[in-house]
Amino acid sequence: MRFFQHFGGYILFLSTVFSKPEKWKILWKQIIIEANNIGVGSFNIISLISGFTGAVSTIQIGYQLVSGLVPEYLIGRIVRDSNILEFSPTITCLVLAGKVGSNISSEIGTMKVTEQVDALEIMGVNSSSYVALAKIIAGFFTIPALVVYAMMLSLLGGAVSGHLSGIISVDFFVKGLRSDFETYSVIFCMVKAFTFAFLITSVSSYQGYRTEGGALEVGESSTKAVVYSCMAIIFFDYIISQLMLFR
Amino acid sequence: MIEVRNINKTFGEKHVLKNISASFEKGKCNFIIGASGGGKSVLMKCMVGLLTPESGEITFDKRDFVSMDYYQKKEVRKEIGMLFQGTALFDSLNVEDNVAFPLRMFTDWSEEQIIERVNFCLSRVNLTNSNKLFPSNISGGQKKRVGIARAIALQPKYLFCDEPNSGLDPLTSRVIDYLIKEITEEYDITTIINTHDMKSLFEIGDNIAFIYQGQKWWEGNKERIRDSGNEEFLTFMKASEF
Repeated sequence: MRFFQHFGGYILFLSTVFSKPEKWKILWKQIIIEANNIGVGSFNIISLISGFTGAVSTIQIGYQLVSGLVPEYLIGRIVRDSNILEFSPTITCLVLAGKVGSNISSEIGTMKVTEQVDALEIMGVNSSSYVALAKIIAGFFTIPALVVYAMMLSLLGGAVSGHLSGIISVDFFVKGLRSDFETYSVIFCMVKAFTFAFLITSVSSYQGYRTEGGALEVGESSTKAVVYSCMAIIFFDYIISQLMLFR
Repeated sequence: MIEVRNINKTFGEKHVLKNISASFEKGKCNFIIGASGGGKSVLMKCMVGLLTPESGEITFDKRDFVSMDYYQKKEVRKEIGMLFQGTALFDSLNVEDNVAFPLRMFTDWSEEQIIERVNFCLSRVNLTNSNKLFPSNISGGQKKRVGIARAIALQPKYLFCDEPNSGLDPLTSRVIDYLIKEITEEYDITTIINTHDMKSLFEIGDNIAFIYQGQKWWEGNKERIRDSGNEEFLTFMKASEF
């Protein structure tokens, strides 16, 4: 019952968020600021995680496939597919749900409990749109860009770790990356990235906006934003995979 | 002029406002006073539209606010300035941008005109050379001044002040009081002040509505307070050492 109550609240929240902004110029400025916060602010952590994800996946796949019967370049191919199809979009977005989601939720939650949202309402500003729309739009474009970057870096990390550990040479790894490559994998990855980006920013904004109370409740909202964003990501990961890979 | 008629508000089983009626005159400092938890803030929130009363009328110069749709309310809200108890300044914006916020949002003025107006409002509240400071870098009294400057930026017809003196030392409290009084008279605004600071009331108050346990127990001007004959009100005053 509570799920439906929250789901209804979330839909109503989105319907007020996606209304005509008071001033396009102000919205545009906010989008630039938020894009910088979400995109540039997450650059380092995404670099670190994606690089190591690629490196570890190469070593683990290499460990399982080292045999005279399996061609070496298959390691590169499996690393490519697993990173493009799953690791880069999903792990990147799970990490961003923690970093960006909690940030969005606590920022909006603090505005709520310190009456800043009330101040917006009294001025005649659509507060939900003002606090959330720019974040959702900025996240919708910067998070997929980070996923593309993560995809590239994970493959680079895989090549480097394969070479350094002596599992596979760079030439064979690249041969594996190029063998039977389907652009559909990238389309699939980007569909996931855009969906997850929307989920992270909108779910976190909703959790922040419904905060009531004080500092304790802001912390609770922040935790809920991360948990619910992660749950939504995992759920939609399954739905999108089912719909797009087994049509 | 703002009038409230037969306002009722409940939260679940709790009846917070019970049939309250009062009128607040233009160009005067109208006080809503009462003990904490008595319903003052709820009444003010109903008046500015943050809460919707179950029944009753709230009129802004004969315009019924409660029955208005979202867009009509929005137009009235542009005529309202509000000073919050915790100031509610935007943390991410500096003093200048906080005061400029309503101007950028609702006018088509050039940036030069906006800055000129911001500087005028800040000088009006005696706060100069603080434009680039952030709310976290200024004192409580200065925050209240910025709050007032933001509230008057769009030249409102109605000014709501929720506990304007809370958290301030007595000297700064009086400065803020007189600032509100001056602005009210200078711009002929309908000002409503929600407080339990009796000193403030005697300094600048014109009309008073005493709210106790969700009901209005007394209404009148400050000259009539001592012979009001209302026991609860007099007890409240004695407790405030008046």
